[in-house]
Amino acid sequence: MEPISVIVGQIVALPVPDIDTDRIIPARYLKVTDKEGLADGLFFDWRYRADGSPNPEFVLNRPDAQDATVLVAGPNFGCGSSREHAPWALQGYGFRAVISPSFADIFRNNSINVGLLPVQVDDATYLQLVSLFDEDPATQVRIDLAAQTLTLPDGRAVAFPIDAFSRHCLLNGVDQLGFLLSGADAIAAFEAQHPIELDTTR
Amino acid sequence: MTQARTLFEKIWQQHLVRPATAATPAVLYIDLHLIHEVTSPQAFAELRARGLRVRRPDRTLATMDHSTPTTPRNQLGIIPVLDAQAAAQLDRLREHCREFGIQLFELGSEHQGIVHVIGPEQGLTQPGMTIVCGDSHTSTHGAFGALAFGIGTSEVGHVLATQCLLQQRPRTMEVRVDGRLPHGVTAKDIILAIIARYGVGGGTGHVFEYTGSAIRALSMEERMTICNMSIEGGARAGLVAPDDTTFDYVAGRRFAPQGAAWDAALTRWRALPTDPGATYDRVITLDATQLAPMITYGTNPGMGMAIDARVPLPDALPEPAQRLALEKALRYMGLQPGQTLLGQPLDVAFLGSCTNSRLSDLRAAARVLDGRSVAAGVRMLVVPGSQAVKRQAEAEGLDRIFRAAGAEWREAGCSACLGMNDDKVPAGKYAISSSNRNFEGRQGPGARTFLASPITVAASAVAGVVTDPRPYV
Ligand code: SF4
Repeated sequence: MEPISVIVGQIVALPVPDIDTDRIIPARYLKVTDKEGLADGLFFDWRYRADGSPNPEFVLNRPDAQDATVLVAGPNFGCGSSREHAPWALQGYGFRAVISPSFADIFRNNSINVGLLPVQVDDATYLQLVSLFDEDPATQVRIDLAAQTLTLPDGRAVAFPIDAFSRHCLLNGVDQLGFLLSGADAIAAFEAQHPIELDTTR
Repeated sequence: MTQARTLFEKIWQQHLVRPATAATPAVLYIDLHLIHEVTSPQAFAELRARGLRVRRPDRTLATMDHSTPTTPRNQLGIIPVLDAQAAAQLDRLREHCREFGIQLFELGSEHQGIVHVIGPEQGLTQPGMTIVCGDSHTSTHGAFGALAFGIGTSEVGHVLATQCLLQQRPRTMEVRVDGRLPHGVTAKDIILAIIARYGVGGGTGHVFEYTGSAIRALSMEERMTICNMSIEGGARAGLVAPDDTTFDYVAGRRFAPQGAAWDAALTRWRALPTDPGATYDRVITLDATQLAPMITYGTNPGMGMAIDARVPLPDALPEPAQRLALEKALRYMGLQPGQTLLGQPLDVAFLGSCTNSRLSDLRAAARVLDGRSVAAGVRMLVVPGSQAVKRQAEAEGLDRIFRAAGAEWREAGCSACLGMNDDKVPAGKYAISSSNRNFEGRQGPGARTFLASPITVAASAVAGVVTDPRPYV
């Protein structure tokens, strides 16, 4: 995983609430056994018309949105299915962070695990970003993970929450599995006294 | 004296390998890990790349359900997989299970089925357990008083390698449902009503515990329907305290404890329910006596209403974002503000999914369809949740009722719930579905889905239009 410290990037706004992971990546793109090609399916049914041609009305197809690396989306982003293919597809497309007033729980965990930064902001900041994009699609923001701040073009810095451990993992480009594996002795000790019996192999 | 604790708190504390510190989240032990073909291949690849083993194959079980066909068997009794990509995914799961010593319920074998149907059915799902699966509807298993939730593929890898997960402790919410359900109103209607009232993000960051006389009166299968859709209310998991209904269901199943182990388990399980005086972070309530059969009109499960109500007016909503979302949803659905859905013509009726494909669901729908026919122009698919459900339904003659009514009787799987295989709703067509998600494109690109209970699906299939089931039952 690539370490993340500071992300400076152009935003693109998709101000729709409750964008579910079926929207982000439809189920028919989940037949892969690796992570390749998922970006092609990103927002597929919004991005393309029924005849397969790009839908010019969808924001990601605008010529001035091609360099965006920060997605600004409505509240409860990533609700629905637990598919990690959703953050994989966003990342594969070129997004490095998503800004939203709220994230669905599983999506937030998945994003952190793949190194796509979820930046949760208050409603006013979210609405300000949406109108900044409307006025100027070249709007850039600066996200400083170590400082946990999002800096808007007017210089205002807003804090965003992230738990200490996730922040540590993202800053250092390490995944969480290493930490779990280092606790093998504690896991074995726990298992020795845990009363639940089950043998799924029988 | 020990402090009064909720069911959630007891399970959480009993599974803490390490409590949270200022620098690290809690390490939570996982008792049962269920896997399927779609969300596991990349996790196994990661294990291989790091040279890791599966820590507890004896706490892991695999099935094939999401991308599998549900077309009837050929003359050799085989269910042919025609999609090369899906076939490759199934092959990977076979290889991984062989390599890592995990029991797999193969496509076409006697125990195969939707992952959330087979867990309870086989007695794998037990009170007080922690259960995860790379699938958001893992919340289903909470009906047994197990802390069960969906995880992503990275976390599938974590559990395979360590049998543990790093977790931030969720908050708790009591969802109290009291009173007797009116005639023709089902568990599905309870959960659709909760989500319609509190929204698809209402439970974010929380674990629901469903309490109250209406919940206590439900069968295990009905409790599973409710817990299944907890995720649709944004909650991580849903719980129902175990009671004699639970124990009677689990007793004697294949993987359930037996003999002295059963007695010991029962003692542990009886101590699980929330203590008197324990408090939740939030409490919401619903009066079951006031409920009607529910239906959704929009593109998320929170856009639902009583079946005889009218589609809301965007102008009546307080927030501009809500107005836009409703307008967008109604455009997609091809519906008008203020219209009734009763009489809305249908193209497809789908009875299936981990929400409503168990025996009691099929029985309820069959009672409606018995001696009646699916309306001309409506395609009805009946997809049992597992091979065991299918066999039992056939033993009772339910398949003959469905077939005689003109419905298709299929093999077990997820099917048109998510449209990964060929069971899709065509673009622009209307489906009434017993599944859990009406998202844009969920049942196929451009598909328009109304979510409802199995009896509403059956009654509407007969009428050919959206229909109030109450006169049919
Ligand atoms: S039936 Fe539908 S919701 Fe349930 S596991 Fe399968 S795809 Fe997911």
